[in-house]
Amino acid sequence: MLERDSALVENAIKEYYFNHFDLVRIPPKPAQREFGYQKINGGMTRHISIKDVKELHLLLMRETPSDVYCSNAYYSFPSMPMSEKDWQGADLIFDIDAKDLALPCRKDHAVSRCGSCGTVFPGSRPLCTSCGSPKHETVSVTCRDCIGESKKEVKKLVGLLVEDLGIREEEVEVYFSGNEGFHVRVTNRDYEQLESQERADLVDYIMFNGAIPETFGMKRQSSSRSELPEMGEAGWRGRVATTLFGSKSRAPKASRQVLAEGYSAFQEKLEGMRQTLGARVDPKVTMDIHRIFRLEGTINSKSGLAKTRCADLDGFDPFSEACLLGDEKVEVVASSPAVIRLKNKKYGPYENERISVPKYAAVYMICKGLASTV
Amino acid sequence: MKRCVLQPGIMDLAKYPFLAEAGEYLRDKGFNLEQLGHPDWAPLVEKAYGRIVVASSGQVYHPEGGRLENPDMEILSFIVAVILLKAAGINTLTRRFSLAEARRAERFLQQDLWANKDKKNLDLPLKIISELFGIRVHVEDDEFVIKVADYLQRAVHFHEKEWKLVNRRVGAGLVHLTSHETVRLIRTELGQYISARIQSISLPPIPDTFKSRVGDLVTLAGRFADAPVVSSDYPPCVKHAIEVLEKGENLPHSGRFLLATYLLARGQTADQIAPLFKNAPDYNERITRYQLEHISGSSGRGTKYQCPSCDKLRSESLCFKVPECDGIINPIQFGRKRGTANA
Ligand code: SF4
Ligand SMILES: [Zn+2]
Ligand SMILES: [Zn+2]
Repeated sequence: MLERDSALVENAIKEYYFNHFDLVRIPPKPAQREFGYQKINGGMTRHISIKDVKELHLLLMRETPSDVYCSNAYYSFPSMPMSEKDWQGADLIFDIDAKDLALPCRKDHAVSRCGSCGTVFPGSRPLCTSCGSPKHETVSVTCRDCIGESKKEVKKLVGLLVEDLGIREEEVEVYFSGNEGFHVRVTNRDYEQLESQERADLVDYIMFNGAIPETFGMKRQSSSRSELPEMGEAGWRGRVATTLFGSKSRAPKASRQVLAEGYSAFQEKLEGMRQTLGARVDPKVTMDIHRIFRLEGTINSKSGLAKTRCADLDGFDPFSEACLLGDEKVEVVASSPAVIRLKNKKYGPYENERISVPKYAAVYMICKGLASTV
Repeated sequence: MKRCVLQPGIMDLAKYPFLAEAGEYLRDKGFNLEQLGHPDWAPLVEKAYGRIVVASSGQVYHPEGGRLENPDMEILSFIVAVILLKAAGINTLTRRFSLAEARRAERFLQQDLWANKDKKNLDLPLKIISELFGIRVHVEDDEFVIKVADYLQRAVHFHEKEWKLVNRRVGAGLVHLTSHETVRLIRTELGQYISARIQSISLPPIPDTFKSRVGDLVTLAGRFADAPVVSSDYPPCVKHAIEVLEKGENLPHSGRFLLATYLLARGQTADQIAPLFKNAPDYNERITRYQLEHISGSSGRGTKYQCPSCDKLRSESLCFKVPECDGIINPIQFGRKRGTANA
């Protein structure tokens, strides 16, 4: 990022932490967590321990970090090197990223930015339209449909956590990630001790990965109707029954058909259900028991939006509720083939245009590499 | 060692002689080591020694007739076996003994769970599980249920697909299990518990009548030197087959066939491979050797069998593919440079 751009972004962030520090929240047991932060154009500083909110406030004011993280794990010695920290447990965390959903709308709001000359062009082409360089990064602008679909995944996830895994709703916290997805944190004593492999199997449960027909009473030879799942059963058997039969009255007929179609047809059905019923989370995040995870209420430097708690997920509008930077006008030169929506206002498309926009919009575009200060 | 509050009866101690209460019981009845050194007790020392020999061959000790007719002898022979093992001081023997005793206890535990599942006496097996391993098992409509996290912490060590959480019945934070599965889940811990018990006992001066059997144990342990080489660069399917056998579980015929053909192709001999099958519940040395020789082509018509393909193994649910398996079509190719596949 250019110096004058980073100065603008840093100022906006500093102002945010000055005015809205109350929105920054540390999870329980702060003194046992590892904190970390990044500065614009800087590397990651990790293995920091912070005892309370006050200390965190000081750090934010002193360093103006572009991104702030906190471990999901608790340690005896959070500031020691990893091997000496003495892991005590970790919250269960989940990451749902619209990017992983690969929705068809993606091509309309993802643009390419040349790594050599910075030119922005729509879609993805092998070579830069202005300098011919093959290096480019994909930049995606947060999209309403992507957010909507991600919310559906969050609901599937929360449903599974509550119904199947016995986690109480109060123990589940849902956050907008600050860019293109959602984070979920579970604080439940039963699960905090799980290690990486165990979490991996838990993720497979949530994603409905690795289910075999036998679990649902379907065998290679001689399956019987009595072993097929019934509607109303708990867990995946119940969900599979609902998907297969639709209603109790259709069950006898539908189950005969399922048996007649046989084992491999059933396997294919399970695969289909994996894609529709499984919650699409990023397994790597949940498996990582030493991860530092974006802190609630802090700014995400990929967008200038804040990681925000969603008390009411359905009604949550990230484009206004997470857009919290200042609004005085700033002049920038913008080139964005995609339209940006923030606080119920449209920005763009722009073709190398000099515009005057609220600071939050300017920061958003600068963070995405679609604008620069003049 | 954690103090238990199980209050087991004498029959329970015969089944679970590793419980701390077993020692107390013997003390209460006035047994001491000096007494047991009397030549009249020679049959007991033999029984104890036999218990170790059976375990060292990978099998599970059962009293003659399969009944616990003489509970005192059951308890005493366990204790004496532990003393013999301590005196011999050979870790492999202790490990094998612990594992075999765990599997013996496992059978009783399963029977106790099953037989009592609608009665009050379920207390003991459930208490053993919760006191010793910290898992709370509840009974719900004829099934056993445990917390998801307790399940995951144990089941991740099993590779079979049916142990994946997604293939279990899960609801309200609980996993539903049969008595067999419940007990299966804690086998490793049971073995570890028993071996920790053995470690924790300090060796008293032993009677002279024990000494010759201690010497025999040292000789016995020497025989394990020619055990087959289990290498870490075997493909996952082969490792899995070996693990199943080591745990004393039943490996289907197709799995045994894979193991035999693979190891033969890697240059091991039937003699080297046969001991691997020793832990199988239906092990019969003569038949195993005959089958191995048949597979290797050194007997009968002399057809040499090839290791089955990855596709075949996949269809038999014996494949446990890892990224390193990419691009190979037969387990034999695992870890080797990829050959040209076209004819
Ligand atoms: S891919 Fe082949 S080698 Fe790898 S686990 Fe499966 S069967 Fe074995
Ligand atoms: Zn360019
Ligand atoms: Zn979209």
